[in-house]
Formats: sequence, C-alpha cells, structure tokens
Amino acid sequence: MTTSEMAMTSAADTVSRAPLLSIRNVAKHFGKNVVLRDISLDVAEGEFLTILGESGSGKTTLLRIIAGFETASAGEVWMGEERLDRQPPYRRRVNTVFQSYALFPHFTVEQNVAYGLRVAKRPEAEIASRVKEALEKVKMSAHAKSKPSKISGGQQQRIALARALVNRPRLLLLDEPLSALDANLRRQMQVELKSLQREVGISFIFVTHDQEEAMVMSDRIALLRLGELEQVATPREIYGRPATAYAAQFIGHTNLLKAEVRGGVARCGVLMWPAAFSDGPALFSLRPENIRLNAAMAGAVRVRGKVRHQAFHGATELIRVECGDGMVLVVRTSCSGGALDEVELEFSPPDAVMVRESPERI
Amino acid sequence: MFSRAYKAAVTLPPLVWVTVFLLMPYLLMFCYSFWSVSASQTIEHSWNLANYGQLLRVDVYWQTLLRSMWIAARVTIFSLVLGYPLAYFLSFYAGKKKDLLYQLVIIPLWVSYLVRAYAWKTILGSDGVLNTLLQYVHVTKHPLEFLLYSPFAVVLTLTHIYTPFAFLPIYAALEHIPRNLVEASHDLGATPGQTFWRVIFPLSIPGAVAGATFAFVLSLGDFLAPLLLGGPSGIMISNVVVSLFGAAYNWPLGAAISFCMLLLVVSLLFLSERMEKKWSFS
Amino acid sequence: MELLVSETKLVSGSRWLLFHTVAVFAFLYLPIAVLILYSFNKDGVGGFPPHHLTLDWYRTLFADGPIWDSVLNSLQVAFAAMVISLTFGVPAALALERAQFPGKALFRRLVLLPLILPGIITGLSLLMLFNVMGTKLSLMTIVLGHGTALISVATTEVFAGLQKLDRAQEEASLDLGANYWQTFWRITVPNLKLPIIGAALLIFTLSMDEIAVSFFLIGRENTLPLEIWGRLRRGITPEINAVSTIIFVFSLVAIVLWYRLRMHGEGSADVGTEIINAGEGSAI
Repeated sequence: MTTSEMAMTSAADTVSRAPLLSIRNVAKHFGKNVVLRDISLDVAEGEFLTILGESGSGKTTLLRIIAGFETASAGEVWMGEERLDRQPPYRRRVNTVFQSYALFPHFTVEQNVAYGLRVAKRPEAEIASRVKEALEKVKMSAHAKSKPSKISGGQQQRIALARALVNRPRLLLLDEPLSALDANLRRQMQVELKSLQREVGISFIFVTHDQEEAMVMSDRIALLRLGELEQVATPREIYGRPATAYAAQFIGHTNLLKAEVRGGVARCGVLMWPAAFSDGPALFSLRPENIRLNAAMAGAVRVRGKVRHQAFHGATELIRVECGDGMVLVVRTSCSGGALDEVELEFSPPDAVMVRESPERI
Repeated sequence: MFSRAYKAAVTLPPLVWVTVFLLMPYLLMFCYSFWSVSASQTIEHSWNLANYGQLLRVDVYWQTLLRSMWIAARVTIFSLVLGYPLAYFLSFYAGKKKDLLYQLVIIPLWVSYLVRAYAWKTILGSDGVLNTLLQYVHVTKHPLEFLLYSPFAVVLTLTHIYTPFAFLPIYAALEHIPRNLVEASHDLGATPGQTFWRVIFPLSIPGAVAGATFAFVLSLGDFLAPLLLGGPSGIMISNVVVSLFGAAYNWPLGAAISFCMLLLVVSLLFLSERMEKKWSFS
Repeated sequence: MELLVSETKLVSGSRWLLFHTVAVFAFLYLPIAVLILYSFNKDGVGGFPPHHLTLDWYRTLFADGPIWDSVLNSLQVAFAAMVISLTFGVPAALALERAQFPGKALFRRLVLLPLILPGIITGLSLLMLFNVMGTKLSLMTIVLGHGTALISVATTEVFAGLQKLDRAQEEASLDLGANYWQTFWRITVPNLKLPIIGAALLIFTLSMDEIAVSFFLIGRENTLPLEIWGRLRRGITPEINAVSTIIFVFSLVAIVLWYRLRMHGEGSADVGTEIINAGEGSAI
C-alpha cells in the first residue's frame, strides 16, 4: 500500500457519498525540488477539511494546485465528473481567500466584493443584493464604501472572505487566512469561520500550520509532512490514535516510548505493559494527560519517579518526571498546588498507542 | 539623530553649489528676458516686457511652438504605444528572461543620443539605406523624399530615442503590482484580458503618466534631432532659441523663450505629479 | 502561444504581445545594427546593399588626430564632472534623506530638475551666468555644466542606497561608542560603496555622451560628441560610423556593468527608475 493509502485507512469513512473533490496521485516538483509526492485525497460535500503541516510541507502548493495557480507534475484533480486541473483558474468553481488577502487597492470594499459578479456580467440589481448579503454575513456592511487601505487587518480578512463567498463557489480554499491576526482575534475568527461554513454549507479547505486551530475547526485533518500525507482523520482520531510518531508529536504533546514487544508484553526501560502485538521493536505514544499521579487505579501500570521540572500552564501543569534509567516522562495534571518531589505514575495499557516510525526524509 | 555640525556640513556645500550654478542661472535667464539688444549688438539693461510682447505678436514663434508641441505629442503617443505593451510583456510574460530583456531595453537609453540620431540620418536620406533598399527590392522607383528633412523624420527619431524613457516608469509600476492581485482576479473568474483592464492597467496609470511626461517634455525641448533631420519644415522651438543665441544674436529674446519653456515644463511636471497622486492606490 | 515561464501563470498568452515585443526591439536596435554594418562599408554611409566590406574607415579613424584630441578632452571632462557630481551629490542625498531644513522641498526639486529639463535650458542659463561673470568658455565651463547637471544622478543613486541602509546599523555603532563622524566613515560610507560606484560609472558615461549642455559651453576645444557634430555639418563618411560603433560598444559595456552593480541590492524594476522618478520628485 502507498503511504497515502495507509494514512487513510485509519480515518473514519466520512466520504460515503460521492466526493466533491478528488485529488488523485498528485505530485509536484520545481526543478529538482520535490514538493509533493503522490497525494491522494477526497473532500466531501459540506466538509471542513484542514490541510495541516509545517512550512515546507507542501500544503500551500497543494492548495494552489487546486486553485489553479500551479499545475501538478503528475496526477489529476477531479471535481464531480470533470477534471479540474485541465481548467484555468478563472473557469473553476473554486474561490480562494489569500493569506495576504489580496484586496484590490483601487476598488472600494463593495467593489472588491462585487468583482467576481461583475466579471461574470451578472445584472446590477442582483450584484447589489448579493454584495449586501455577503457584507452582512461578515458583519462589514458599515464599511462598504471604504478603501482597503483604510480598514484593519481583521476587517480586510472578512472582506476577502466575502469576496470569495459571494460567488457561491462549490469549494472555498483558505490559505492560512488567520496567521496575520493577533491571538484573541484569531480565536474569535476561528469560531466565526466555522459557523459561517456550517451556515453556507460549502466545503472549505483550510490550510494552516497551527495544530490547535486545525483541531478546533475541522471535520477532518489531513496532516502533510514533506510532501506526503501522514494521516487523514477526524481531530479526535488523529489525537487519540495517531498513525505515526510525527502525528503524535506534531499534534499536542506526547511521550514516545521505544519498546520491545515479546510474548504480548511491551518493555521500555523500567516500564512493562501488556501489548497484543507481534514480537519485535515497536513505538508507542502516551499522552501526558493519560498518566496520572498517585491515583491507585485498577489494572494500571505503575512506576516511581523523581520530579525534575514543573511548568505552570494556567489550567494544567506539565511535569517532567525521571523514572530510572534516564527515562523521562511528561505528565499533565490539573494543578497540584505545590512543588512535588517523589511521585508514583500510572497509566492504563490501552492508552499507550502504537505508532509507526516517521523516518527522516530527504 | 545627527548633530547640527554634521547636518550643516552635509547640507551646505550642495546647497551653495546648486544655488550658484542652478538657481542663479535660471534667475539670470529670467532677468535677461526683460532686457533688449541694441543695434550695436550689445545687451542693454533696460527693463521692459518688449520680448514677451514679441512672443505674443510675432507669428513664427507661436507657430513654431505649436508645431513643437504637436511633434512632442506624437512622439509621446508613439512612445506609449510602443513602450507600454513592451513593459507589460516583460513584467508578466517574460519569466526568467525578464532581466536580460530589461537590460536590452535600457542599453539604447544610455547610448549616445548623437549616435542614434546620426544612424537615422544615414538610413532615411535619399541615398540612405532605407531608400536604396526599397529601390533594390523594387518596391519604389524613386527615393521617398519625405523620409528625411521633415517632421516625420523628427518624430521617428525622437520616438526611437524616448520610447525607453517612457518604458521605464511603466515597467516599474507594473512590477510593483502584487502578483497575488492577478491571481485573485483569476480566482474570481476574470480572464487575463479582463484582469488587465480591471486590475493591472488602473494600477499602472501613474507609471504611464510619468512616462508620457518624460517623453513629452524631453522631445518638446529637443534641438538636435530637428537640426540634423528636421529640415526647414521640422524646426522646433529650441532651434529658434539656439539661433537667437547664435547668428540671430538676440540673447534677451532667446532668454524670454527659454524661460517660457522652463515655465511650461515645470507646470507640466507639476500637473503630472498631481495626476499621478490622484491615480496612486498604494 | 504557449506562455513563457512565469511565476503567475497567465494561461492563454497573446501572440500579438510577443510579436509587438520583437518589433519594438527591432525598432530599437536595427538602426544601430545598420550603423555598425556600414562602418565597414567601402562605398559610404548609404546605399543598399553594402558592397565592399573593409576596415579602412577604422584605420582612418585611428589616424585621425583631432578625434583623439577630443576623446582626451572628453575623458578629462568626464573625470572632473564625476568628481564634482559626487562631491556635491552624495551630501545632497544625505541631506535629503536625513535632515530637515527650510527650503528643503525647493532644494530637492532644483537638484533633480536638470534630469528632466531639456538640456538647452540648463546649458543656456549657465551660458548667461558665465557671460555675466566674464568667464571665457572652455573645457572648464563644460566641466561645470556637466558636473552641475549630473549631480542629480549622483543624488538619486545614493539616495536609493541610503533608503536600503538599515538604520539599526548606525544606531548600533553609536550605541557602541562611535561618534557621528566615525559612524559615517565606518558604517554609512562602506554601505554606500555600490551606489557610489554605480553613480560614478553612470555619470562618466553620460558625460562622455553629453551634447545638449556642452553645445553652448564649448570654447576652443571640442569634446568627442561636439567634434563628431562638427564633422556632421561638413559631410558624413563611414568614419563617423566607425567612431559611433566604438562609442556604442563602450557605452554598452559601461551600462551592463552599472546594471550588474545595481542588481546587487535591488530588483530590476528599481534600477534606473529613481532617475526617471526623480523628474517627478516622487522618489525623493
């Protein structure tokens, strides 16, 4: 099986109806530089899909291929029954919200939003009412006659959104639209975007490097690393059952345990727990919140350790515990209210999730 | 941030030089325009408006000025027609070759004016390359006379010389248009043609205005091309001035015309600047 | 037409645009090509097709004394003009970029005016100045003319370089204990090396080719362009083609060098355009 196929087998099957967008074996290279390798992905109708990845993962390139600003070196992109990648960008029923908004400086807010409709030569009355509606949806009606240079970044972002949505595309692409906003505004926009998407019912493909953002907003997350899909799944699944070490580490914190399985028992340093896998080396991901302090649970794996560092995070604390043999486990607890020294750690065996290695790729 | 001594040291020398060698000469020219020349060929410092009166009354000056403006206008139009699509092509279509092509455009700009004007003179004459070529391939039987020593020759030569001048600010303006605006336009359904008229062209207007201004102002004040290629029908206002400082020996009158030209140019620059600001969106 | 490579792929390029571009380049270069070709023509500057190709005219050129005298004059003038323009142009750029003083706007426009003003006006006004001052016309007056007119070139080049300079570097220097003068010589000037060299190259080339201002300010000795001009009035021979060809080659080399130097710091769109924008005062 290809990597992409393996990544998708762990995803819940949300694509039971015919997919809206079908990316088939798309690859892209710039000269010698391979940016995307064999990407296959389906996007369902009305779905909020996030393409998550670090810089250099290829996520923006993939988006640009869907929008039509790049052509794939190999593979096909289908929308419904027709091939999308054969069409120039101005014929696709796809619209984009650009990272830098790309508002036309010589047009007012209103004219910007109306642009796509004007180009399509819609009747003026229709344009006027649709633009009014779009501005209301993004709460920017008061600024209709302003020029883009006179409104703030957050407001420009909404206009970019309205300008794209007013055309009723079948698919909306968003290229890190929130990255320029400060933290509070960003959180607010995340909620607004999500509810907007639910309201209009269009499929959104959202690109970001912020894993928290991805989890908050998405129906599904496609994790991209160095041009390949690591995993495509719902946020809960990716978090709870990461497919690879990279997925486990990129999204949230985790402890990676290099263990040896023999006779149904996994051994890692001083830790030992039942693991129904075949013999051999195996990698396990254990989330810090699944390790409890001094809890005395039934059937739990226990180990003693010495606290090396406590970090206060507001609602929780992250504690680094050294458990003999130099192994350090990171534990998340709600505040213990005090400095800790010797502690007893416990976790349930099922919480240790086996993950694949993520080899270094060139 | 900088000390007063430093500021003075840096500002005063150029200020002084420019005052002595630029401001004062212009003022002097202004003064000259009010004087007159006596019968014995000396300058009389009698202050009056006689020279300006002459400008207004004597036909030949008016006619020459209008002809010069008409020539300059044609040069401007042709320079824009040639230069704008060239700039557009280089900026949006040339890709990796953009740099090389750009150098190719500015090279003629800095190569001697005289060389280029001379080249046209040898090409357009009745024994010149063009005429003999046309006769050689039997397109014409006799040399075409209008090619040289005519306004046509002047317009052609000046267009050749000032098209790169017009090109430069247009190219700069086009290059400054963020490419994501073009992508956004396509994304919203506009073809490249629609994108050009709705997005690219409006944003490039300041550059086009600047280019047109340079072409117009520089060709209006040109005296070399008319002298080499214009013949009697191609005389421009600057040639009149030159002769007034030469054989026709009337410095004050020449100064008056020069000063008027100076005013005209400065007003055009001012107007052009206002227009550019009006059309600037960044 | 299959579009040529570009970052923004504009699908459906236009055949006409490419054709137009080729045509304009032909228009710009064919006359020069003809000029060069006919410098080798035995029979004169006109007539088609050129029959006997020869190097005779170049031999005549090299033996032509007055031409080489004028070349020497031009070189002297160019060097001197370069010195003047840089001496006053660099501080002018600094003043415009850094200092506030009354009359700054007028100063700015005055400095940049000779770039856009037809040379005749600058030349004539200087002529009147020398007349009033009783100065005889000579190479010296030409030097003063060129030097003054080309200050604007130095100013625009250096100004652009100053804008690229990171102020934080100078502030760091002051913070570390250097005073204003030391900072100027140790930090500011080295960063301006490229723009200054570029300006020098450009000024030199422009001075060598200059004819409009020089026309009114020459005394007994000619610069190269004026020498050629004088010959033209008498009658044209391919010898003029030959010297023109040589001028063209030198200018070509100088400009390409200058362009390469400028590209070190900026994109091509900015190269040369401050000079053009300068006429509008909009760059500064």
